[in-house]
Amino acid sequence: MGNYFFTQPFFKKNGKAVAIYFLVAIVFWFVFLVIIPQLYMLDLSFRSNVPPLARGGPQDYYTMEHYQHFVFGSKTSLDAFNFVDLGVFGRTILVSIMVTIANLLFCYPIAFYIAKIANPSTARLLIVSLIIPFWINELLRSFALRILFANEGVINNFLTGIGVIDQSILFITYDVGLYTGLVYAYILLMMFPLYNAIESLDINQIEAAKDLGSSSLRTHWRIVIPHAKPGIVSGCTMVFMLTVGALATPVVLSSPNTLWFPQLIYQWFNMNDNWSRGSAYSIILLIISVIFVLAMMRIFKVKIGEIVK
Amino acid sequence: MSADVELNNVSVTFGSFYAAKSVNVKINGGEFFSFLGPSGCGKTTLLRAISGFQDPSEGSVLIDKKDMSGIGPNKRPTSLIFQNLALFPLMSVSENIAFSLEVRGVSKGDRQKRADELLELIALEGQGEKKVHQLSGGQKQRVAIARALAVEPKVLLLDEPLSALDLKLRQRMRTELREIQKRVNITFIYITHDQGEALTMSDRIAVMNEGEIEQIGPCDAVYNNPLTPFVATFVGENNPLFGKVKEINQNKIKIETPDGDFLSTMNENKKLNIGDEAIAFVRPESLFIPRDGDSFDNLIDVNIESFEFEGNIKNFYATLKSGTKIKFSIPNAIDTSSISSGTKLQLGFESIKSSILPKAQLAID
Repeated sequence: MGNYFFTQPFFKKNGKAVAIYFLVAIVFWFVFLVIIPQLYMLDLSFRSNVPPLARGGPQDYYTMEHYQHFVFGSKTSLDAFNFVDLGVFGRTILVSIMVTIANLLFCYPIAFYIAKIANPSTARLLIVSLIIPFWINELLRSFALRILFANEGVINNFLTGIGVIDQSILFITYDVGLYTGLVYAYILLMMFPLYNAIESLDINQIEAAKDLGSSSLRTHWRIVIPHAKPGIVSGCTMVFMLTVGALATPVVLSSPNTLWFPQLIYQWFNMNDNWSRGSAYSIILLIISVIFVLAMMRIFKVKIGEIVK
Repeated sequence: MSADVELNNVSVTFGSFYAAKSVNVKINGGEFFSFLGPSGCGKTTLLRAISGFQDPSEGSVLIDKKDMSGIGPNKRPTSLIFQNLALFPLMSVSENIAFSLEVRGVSKGDRQKRADELLELIALEGQGEKKVHQLSGGQKQRVAIARALAVEPKVLLLDEPLSALDLKLRQRMRTELREIQKRVNITFIYITHDQGEALTMSDRIAVMNEGEIEQIGPCDAVYNNPLTPFVATFVGENNPLFGKVKEINQNKIKIETPDGDFLSTMNENKKLNIGDEAIAFVRPESLFIPRDGDSFDNLIDVNIESFEFEGNIKNFYATLKSGTKIKFSIPNAIDTSSISSGTKLQLGFESIKSSILPKAQLAID
């Protein structure tokens, strides 16, 4: 049995030690870091919320109450639906979609410029200057934006200083800071898939289109964008998933009266000590993310294999 | 509708490097014109200057007597066929062909009609729905031609489009290109490093070297009367015999070489004086093994080193007395079985089949 195992092509090709490392690492990663935690969460989300000591006791039973809570609210509530949580959820999805679109619109011209127009040294310089700010942790970058956008912050002080405005603009209250922070937070995850996709386009394709009379705009529409589609889908799904699950940026930058859905999850886990409900909300977020990926693949007619290329 | 193309003193520089240097050429409407030269000689740069992708640093490009400076490639009456064809892989064959009409806002029905017409021209009827990757090399080639012809350009520019094909297909495509050119009757400007392609298809060729045009003329004139040693050795094969001018008698020149004196024909554009360093050129196919009764202007003693069989001809490599190497070809129809390495024999050539030029750079150095 063991011998049969080790004569497989995979072992022959990589050698025993490397092959075993691959297998162990992949199994560990997949089973322990992905499947077990998610299954545990899924299980937890259908259980009643009981203190650890009461687990397995009569109060520990399977229930839909956490999902029902998300839709209909607490049993004592007079509202027909849980407008607060549903509102937070809907807004989080909507804003995340907007952030993803903003990212795409912002990155496409830059990615195209770096990939096809800039000379190699300029391109390198641009890529490095895109990466360096991301050596700073997300939380710190968010705080930096907070300092910029605060009511007594850099922008307001500057604008009042030169006399353009007499009252501070409420950037944080109106979530301008949050939106900016979210767009900025994961911009590289849009930039690089786009850059990679556009970079692989043969420059002759662009020139051929131009030679045949196509305007720049149409060349992008008919040649560059169709070619870059897998990169666009890849960037969009990554940015959407990370934005919709962002915590640090909303904690620092959202206005006191708005909540981001992961903040809600965080509250159930850590402040209300209701892990089951937190799990149920997490599962809902996961499902929405998966639906988004599938929808993107459907809309752009891309296969999963093309996205991860 | 064809247009003439005129390059007036066109130079293209990249930094201090001249990719093209003071190029002057007038290409007539409806002509099949080739730029022939080794890679890096500037021929592609010239093509890009005509198509509008490269602005000349000096001079001007005129198409149909109109100065093209400031006019982009999408506004010029030219179509370019790229070396790698650059067909659009995500579009069908018909979409590819009709792309230039699509960007001009031609309706879908008219586009389809024109695509079908062109598919017929390139003998690919009914294959418009295929994807590009489903076509063979030669079919892709023809689609690229159809796509370039769809807008009815006045000038078609071709950047070594046959270089990726295998020999047989390449030869067939030469004939096809020539036929298509006659049928559509527009100016074809062809870029190639393959002298066989240039000679078989073109009305006239321009031989280029290091950014400059060495010679322009009809194919046979360039082949038979090269103006520079570079042209003599780049277009076809040639044996150079180095020496000094000894005698001049009208257009006949006697050159003194370590291997004897040879009589050769002077090109009237390249005046030589007695004592000048010069090269007499004689092509492998102009060297003959004299038979009884034959008389030649020149005779030359050679020692056979080796030979190779090419099919229609047999190539012999030999050395002269001075050690100079020489190549000659004998048609396969003539029996040469008695000649092998080590054989000593005498070759003859006529002065009219040899040209003599002032000493300068060769293509084979």
